[in-house]
Amino acid sequence: MTLSAALGLGQTALELGLINSLTVLALFLSYSMLNVCDLSTDGCFTLGACVGAVVAISGHPWLALPAAMGAGVVSGFVTALLQTRMGVESLLAGIIVNTGLYSINIAVMGNSSLLNMNKTETVFTLSKALLKGTALAAQYKLLVALIAVVLVIVFLSLFLRTRLGLAIRATGNNPDMVRSSSINPAFTTTVGLCVANAFTALSGCLLAQSQKSVNIDIGTGMVTIALASLLIGGTFMGRGSIPKRAVGVVLGSFIFRLVYAIALRFDMPASMLKLVSSVIVIIAISGPYLKAQVPMLRRRLSHGREARGSEEARGTGKEVR
Amino acid sequence: MLTVSHISKTFNPGTVNEKCAIRDLSLHLDPGDFVTIIGANGAGKSTLFNAIAGSFYTDSGSIVLDGRDITFLPEYKRAKIIGRLFQDPMLGSAPGMTIEENLALAAGRGGWLSHVTRAEKDAFRDRLALLDMGLENRMKQPVGLLSGGQRQALTLMMATMADPKLLLLDEHTAALDPGTAEKVLKLTREIVEEDHLTCLMITHNMQSALDLGNRTLMMDAGNIILDIAGEERRGLTVDDLLRRFKAGVGRALDNDRMLLS
Repeated sequence: MTLSAALGLGQTALELGLINSLTVLALFLSYSMLNVCDLSTDGCFTLGACVGAVVAISGHPWLALPAAMGAGVVSGFVTALLQTRMGVESLLAGIIVNTGLYSINIAVMGNSSLLNMNKTETVFTLSKALLKGTALAAQYKLLVALIAVVLVIVFLSLFLRTRLGLAIRATGNNPDMVRSSSINPAFTTTVGLCVANAFTALSGCLLAQSQKSVNIDIGTGMVTIALASLLIGGTFMGRGSIPKRAVGVVLGSFIFRLVYAIALRFDMPASMLKLVSSVIVIIAISGPYLKAQVPMLRRRLSHGREARGSEEARGTGKEVR
Repeated sequence: MLTVSHISKTFNPGTVNEKCAIRDLSLHLDPGDFVTIIGANGAGKSTLFNAIAGSFYTDSGSIVLDGRDITFLPEYKRAKIIGRLFQDPMLGSAPGMTIEENLALAAGRGGWLSHVTRAEKDAFRDRLALLDMGLENRMKQPVGLLSGGQRQALTLMMATMADPKLLLLDEHTAALDPGTAEKVLKLTREIVEEDHLTCLMITHNMQSALDLGNRTLMMDAGNIILDIAGEERRGLTVDDLLRRFKAGVGRALDNDRMLLS
């Protein structure tokens, strides 16, 4: 592999990693902070992509971003409403919303499952034009994604330090405490999911604009991929301040994309991405659990050996008698 | 301060598990009252606390706190004016968050989007120093690292921080070792006296039920069967208390965790 090819590989991984890291940051809020596994992520990602694409195609590439985020807020609100006010299990609420969003996404795209934005002005083409002739001209995609990620990290760092942010963290950290405190868990869960889904939708919107097309499957498996990135990031900056952990999460997303890009170089079929992300999530979650089992397993094995040993000893004793 | 009028609560009504936990109970507390509550297992002590704190709504009757009818106020809104401690020290604070963050949550000042100011942080530190546990130097450490006694002391601090109208203590020293329990109890007395808090405390320690506070209630079968205060309470011994229980209920006081001395 030549150096330029390697650089190109790194840049693509960085771009995709940054765009996807917005979804990872969303899960950082909902999964790590609020302790809610939001399974509507896939649908919400697609929703953001669809809404963003439709608005961009109608000639408003910048407006596409807040529009997608707004759609994400609504989606998150419905998921939260189901689990806090209507007695639907948290996981089930996400699955139900995810299923419903499929139809909504098709409807948003005008009863089509594919939208092409080849001739559409996007935030990326606009910044490309803006950066023309400067040193950063080749990195226009990277720059847009980077700005979005930095803004989201700054927002999250500030937000999680407010009283509302602390209340959201407490809701995920000790539900028993929150139940008997002046925090209304229904409220904190709702706010947390609305904010998280806004980021997920923004992530989808940016991906659609960067690849200049949307199809209905753009978000499929997103929750697993993001979870894998989140867990990889957690191994780097597991404990630490919120901004540090948020940066770690973005790093995790980048590493995941890089490993994937390298695997593609070695002729791994592109369709393997989802299997790889599943395996990473399995390893990351079950790894610590299995590791904790090892000492007990060892003790049981040696216990078995000792028991057999003493039995044999007793056996020989009988023969002597 | 607190007026509970004729409240009743039946769990699982209409089933074989039907349990009338509180039966037509009335209670009035004056401002500054420190009331200790004793009673047998299943007497309805904790249920009374749950009713006052709003863990459930009562089937009948009304609850008025500081002139405000809170009978149907949701639990999280009542929590603004009622501080509460449980037996389990783990229930009162978030282990993954720092001491400072826990205190910031408990202080509850400012709007939702406000940050904790430097002045507030200093105030937290000063208050923590009163505990004399060295916690003021561990503000940035997660609460999960504290011992049970330290956590309960911190919870006590958190519960009394926002000037509650009423403090509910549900055997809050029962899970601690005797030395730590003594210390937390001493702190409780100091804080309640200093802030002139109105306080209800469930205890299974008969002696501290008589030593602490200015009034003692005894509960049985979902109601108050004995209410002793003032002259009558002074000089009362644990034996007197047990005798009066037997005279009132017709059987001996039975609580597997009861400490008689």
